[in-house]
Amino acid sequence: MAWPASIYIGTMAENWIHSRPNAEGKTAQAEAPSLLLRGLRKAYSDVVAVNGLDLEVMRGECFGLLGPNGAGKTTTIEICEGLTDPDAGTVELLGLNWKTGANELRQRIGIQLQETQFPDKMTVEETLHLFRSFFKQGIPVEESIKTAQLEEKRSSRVGGLSGGQKQRLAMACALVGDPELLFLDEPTTGLDPQARRHLWDLVDELKRAGRTIILTTHYMDEAERLCDRVAIMDHGKIIALGTPQQLIGSVGGEHIVEFALNGDLTVAPLLAIAGVQSHRVDAGLHQLSVSHLHTAVPAIFAALADQNLDLSEFRTHSASLEDVFVGLTGRNLRDE
Amino acid sequence: MSSLQHSSLFQLTLTRFRLFLREPEAIFWIFIFPILLAVGLGIAFRNRPADILQVAATTPQLTQVLTADKGLTASTMDEPTGTHALATGGILLLAIKTAEGVEYKYDDTNPDARTARLLADRAIQTGAGRRDAVQADNQLIHETGARYIDFVVPGLLGMNLMSSAIWGLGFAIVEARQKKLLKRLVASPMPRWQYLSSFLLSRLVMLVIEVGAFLSFARFVFGVPFRGSVLELAFLCVLTSLSFSALGLLVASRARTMEAASGLMNLVMLPMWILSGVFFSASRFPAIIQPVVRALPLTAAIDALRGNMLQGLSLGQMAIPVGILLAWLIVPFAVSLRIFRWR
Repeated sequence: MAWPASIYIGTMAENWIHSRPNAEGKTAQAEAPSLLLRGLRKAYSDVVAVNGLDLEVMRGECFGLLGPNGAGKTTTIEICEGLTDPDAGTVELLGLNWKTGANELRQRIGIQLQETQFPDKMTVEETLHLFRSFFKQGIPVEESIKTAQLEEKRSSRVGGLSGGQKQRLAMACALVGDPELLFLDEPTTGLDPQARRHLWDLVDELKRAGRTIILTTHYMDEAERLCDRVAIMDHGKIIALGTPQQLIGSVGGEHIVEFALNGDLTVAPLLAIAGVQSHRVDAGLHQLSVSHLHTAVPAIFAALADQNLDLSEFRTHSASLEDVFVGLTGRNLRDE
Repeated sequence: MSSLQHSSLFQLTLTRFRLFLREPEAIFWIFIFPILLAVGLGIAFRNRPADILQVAATTPQLTQVLTADKGLTASTMDEPTGTHALATGGILLLAIKTAEGVEYKYDDTNPDARTARLLADRAIQTGAGRRDAVQADNQLIHETGARYIDFVVPGLLGMNLMSSAIWGLGFAIVEARQKKLLKRLVASPMPRWQYLSSFLLSRLVMLVIEVGAFLSFARFVFGVPFRGSVLELAFLCVLTSLSFSALGLLVASRARTMEAASGLMNLVMLPMWILSGVFFSASRFPAIIQPVVRALPLTAAIDALRGNMLQGLSLGQMAIPVGILLAWLIVPFAVSLRIFRWR
């Protein structure tokens, strides 16, 4: 029994595409969106990477593209960054496009790519001076070092930095030009939990400073933690769009009850319980989407006892973006 | 901070220097290796007194006559021993006493053995009473500029200019592409021409150090002559380095991995190492491949360098090699700018 997918796709696109969270209290109507994508398509020889994508990101927003590897996130963000030409569709950033405004755009955006390796034998400071020299206007190198919390490493060679420090250097390089729009492609992939949290704090700080940030990630906790709005991508399309809370709410219940049984379950009595929205089985685990945990759980126990089934596992968690993705696609985000 | 530090061209060039100077292996190959090679070759081909040639004879009398010649040192061997010594290179010639007179056993394709034949025969004939029909005297000269070391120094200089330009440019660019640094730079507002120019600028500065060190060494240790204009020699070095930089750029313009680039570079350089006359004159190759040999940039570079240093020719007298070098500068540069892969 699958969860009905249609409710997420249809309603999300209509309801949230035009919502305008507003970080600095400016009048939203007067401003063009920081990023506007219409009908974006990009196919490589063997695969359609982006398949008809529409998106608007407002000034001051932290926007997340969430999806499994191969969903088309990186292709999308690289089209936005002017590094890849789309086959079809329009791209507008800060009211400019890559055909006529490339030079100005390069000055006004900041970019962190997924797999850049800066030269090992340069120091942190030297690398930042190099990148700073490309921009007409920007922040002092000193300030970027401070923001990225690399003060102690300023004279260290890049080759001696940890993964998290290298990633913070990449962020600092994206920041030296004082960008209005910041692109971060999988900024925490491959980092240990502590380094990830450290980087999240850095992104939080940039958000507070009012920068528009567009990031990709395949960690749903990251998207939930950092993003004002999230687009969930799969197979080159946006399959859901909204604030993390809206998306999670769309699952139908705020909680997920998971349990395993030694026996066959008859589902109907469970779905009859007040507050239980839906049921699915994932890798031998039964999953229920539940809205009122305190009344539903005792009823679930009773229903299982009625069927003479023994529980070998039982747990509950708050619904997450992971559950949204699983509900929409029947797959886990981390499946590759 | 000065305005120079804000200049991206300055920062990019500075980056090239930093990366180069922090790579000890590169410093060895570009600065130390050519000097070591020159030392090695200088020792191997130093001017020695005329060689004493080893010969042998089958009788003690013959041996005595042969030893009397200053150019020969002789020992006595029976014929089988002597034949074995000939085969293993122990002696160059065996003089065999026969009923009629004497028979020489030697390899006539070996110039030293032919010389030994002439000396041995002269010694034996003179010993038997032959007198010279014409009085002959020798006047010996040992001219600088005609030695092997004089010949090989311009060759090594050309080869070094080629290797440092092609390796230096090719590896750095392909490494940056492989590590996605090139893509990151292109994603910034960096002017692309400045990235490529930074390589040429750093190359030119490095050239002064590397050529200066090598040629000073050749001048002061081996006394290699500089007969042409030093200013024109400097121009030739710059032109050669830029031509090979253009070739390095072409080699690096598409390659995605270091392995591919390394293979391509060897493919480009190997024919020139062999054909372009670094260690011996390129004119020794058969006439049929001479047009190819002459068209190679390294042949042109070495011809021009030798013309300047050894013969004192002016640029005007070397229009052909200079023209070939210019063509090798312009064409690969234009092509690589068109096909360069920036990501």
